[in-house]
Amino acid sequence: MSESLTVSRPPTAAAPPRRRPSATKRKQNRAAYLFVLPFFVVFVAMLVVPLVYSGYLSLFESKLIGGEVFAGLNNYVRAFLDPGFLSGVGRMALFLVVQVPIMLGLALFFALALDSGRARASKAARLLIFMPYAVPAVVATLMWGYLYGPDFGPIAQVARALGLGTPDLLAGDTILGSMMNIVTWEFVGYNMIVMFAALRSIPTELYEAAEIDGASQLRVAWSIKIPAIRPAILLTVIFSIIGTFQLFNEPSLLNAIAPDAISSAFTPNYYAYNLAFINQDLNYAAALAFLLGVVIAVVSYVVQLGAQRGERRERNQS
Amino acid sequence: MRNAPRTALALGSGIAAVTLLLGGCTTGADSGGSGGPVTQEQIDEALKTPTELTFWTWVPDIENEVALFEEKYPAIDVTVENVGQGLPHYQKLRSALEAGEGAPDVAQVEYQYIPSFVLTESLLDLSDYGGDDLAGDYVDWAWNQVSPGEEVWAVPQDVGPMGNLYREDILTQAGITEPPATWEEYATAARAVKDSTGSYISNLGATQAGQMIGFFWQKGLKPFGYDGEETVTIDVNSDEAKEVADYWTQLIQDDLVSTDVDFNDQWYQGLANGKYAGWLTAAWGPVFLQGTAESTSGLWRAAPLPQWSEGENVSGNWGGSADAVLATSENPIAAYELAKFINNDEESAMKLATEQFLFPPQQSVLDDPEFTDLESEFYGGQQVNQLFSEISETVDTEFQWLPFMDFAYSSYEETLGTVIAAKGDISAGLDEWQDALVGYAESQGFTVE
Repeated sequence: MSESLTVSRPPTAAAPPRRRPSATKRKQNRAAYLFVLPFFVVFVAMLVVPLVYSGYLSLFESKLIGGEVFAGLNNYVRAFLDPGFLSGVGRMALFLVVQVPIMLGLALFFALALDSGRARASKAARLLIFMPYAVPAVVATLMWGYLYGPDFGPIAQVARALGLGTPDLLAGDTILGSMMNIVTWEFVGYNMIVMFAALRSIPTELYEAAEIDGASQLRVAWSIKIPAIRPAILLTVIFSIIGTFQLFNEPSLLNAIAPDAISSAFTPNYYAYNLAFINQDLNYAAALAFLLGVVIAVVSYVVQLGAQRGERRERNQS
Repeated sequence: MRNAPRTALALGSGIAAVTLLLGGCTTGADSGGSGGPVTQEQIDEALKTPTELTFWTWVPDIENEVALFEEKYPAIDVTVENVGQGLPHYQKLRSALEAGEGAPDVAQVEYQYIPSFVLTESLLDLSDYGGDDLAGDYVDWAWNQVSPGEEVWAVPQDVGPMGNLYREDILTQAGITEPPATWEEYATAARAVKDSTGSYISNLGATQAGQMIGFFWQKGLKPFGYDGEETVTIDVNSDEAKEVADYWTQLIQDDLVSTDVDFNDQWYQGLANGKYAGWLTAAWGPVFLQGTAESTSGLWRAAPLPQWSEGENVSGNWGGSADAVLATSENPIAAYELAKFINNDEESAMKLATEQFLFPPQQSVLDDPEFTDLESEFYGGQQVNQLFSEISETVDTEFQWLPFMDFAYSSYEETLGTVIAAKGDISAGLDEWQDALVGYAESQGFTVE
């Protein structure tokens, strides 16, 4: 925006180096600040303040007997030694490397398929794939919980009818997979829309050029489309990382039907919740929440950095 | 018609105010202050002063009982709020107490959670407000739940003495005509039922701590103790507890009792379609079952729990709650009167028992033919209330809780729940649970005995 403004400015105005922006410019700036103000108010009130407060809380230790004492970084040290927290983070890391590629791969496949213009009824397909995202996560989890049910769930009934026995999709060793399925179902459509929108913005001249060069659709997808929407893909990756580490609805709702498969520390977020509201250990919960934020930030940063490096290397090669 | 008593009340309040003023002049020191017992004048005064009370409870339709109270004391306006049942309720209560505002005047609290609120000094000691006078109105063990020592922490509302609900048709089909009187007979019956009908004689909810603790209670165990200060007793893996555990381990490993998670659709269906031929439950169970397994009406019967040795007659308790006044209440007198009225006033208590089907801890209701003679069609015309009234007298009185039952239940799920679901050795699970409880208690600064 601003670049095009500078270009279009009459050359006469460029003569003296302007220290103060013009009256209109200042007015525009003020308007801009005014527009972003509501965001910052909410941002500070709902994010920064609670963050600072929980950071403060995390430096204390409170016991049912003896009350609250300053503990410095004790809670953080405790977290690093807490098998519950570590296994939760580990479980989410596993979730990340298995579920996210599947989900984003499917999303990319659907986006490319719809964009190729070859799919029939693409509008309806787009809507159908997106639809699960419109279902609130809580409802989706309850619904899948029913579908997984070993006695009356349709999956089990079909399996039984086929003589395959009853699959227990809510047992300790299968629940993570069942959860991955729910999350994939929920978010494929959302990620697909992000990628699809990015695909739509690729200039069509590139396709024409490719066609003249005799490139196949597959080649076009691989060499033009995917590199062109790399930022969009990176965005979905980052969102998925954040979403994965924050997993909460699924374990907390499935806990009602599979309490023995889902421990109170199943995911770090769920663990922090249980610590705060069941064990009444707000301070330690705050420390965990803080640490979790750090983990997410670090992982997201590493992924982003890796992606940038890869891009740079590619550019240097070409 | 309705105006007359109001005028009388207004007149009365004026007189009371005057007497109070005069009294205040003459007696001076001993009538003031919050420490000493509240006088009748103060109570009368409080009940005539326009007051707004908030009451958190999840009892359905309790507005009806509250309406009786408001009718009697028109100056007091009660707002009933349902903030969730069980855990969510306590979480909100604790958050409000922590935040220092927003807590109600009166709140429903299950017996096992009372110590945890006593520990944080969140409950008002009702003995100064006349709570002591109620002692004789309730069955002993229910009273001991709200008043383990000198103090009175709440007014009992309902209890859950345990019994055995079973499908007469399924048991008959298996050749069992009498409900099993001992646990040994129960195990034999379980095998007969499974062999000839395919049903489980009952389900042991894998994560249902309340039920298991009820069995411990029946066995006379004292797994928990709390002195009200800093010392807790934790003994969930005693030899007797392991006897109970081994009994269930055996039945589960022989596939005679299922371990489905209870209180979800799956389980409701199981009760309705004969997957389970019985349910070892509390006195609130009969009505609950009636609602969930309507299609099996007339087939069920109620009996006492099987006993550990022949000729014995003891039971445990599972669930039940009381109404407590929070220490933060600005209108403690009116709040206590509300808690008392709802659960102690004859009409209100009877309403709770016969309309909301809360199983009463009040001796007067338990003895009242209006309550005990009710015949239930669902149970083939049996007088179920009568039965549970009798069971109610056989519950051990000295059972205690830990001041952190939220954690105790959630760690039960974690340790024993997993073991039971996997059909493992429940005794070993008890050891794990014991360790978790002791570990938590120590980390929270308690002395563990």
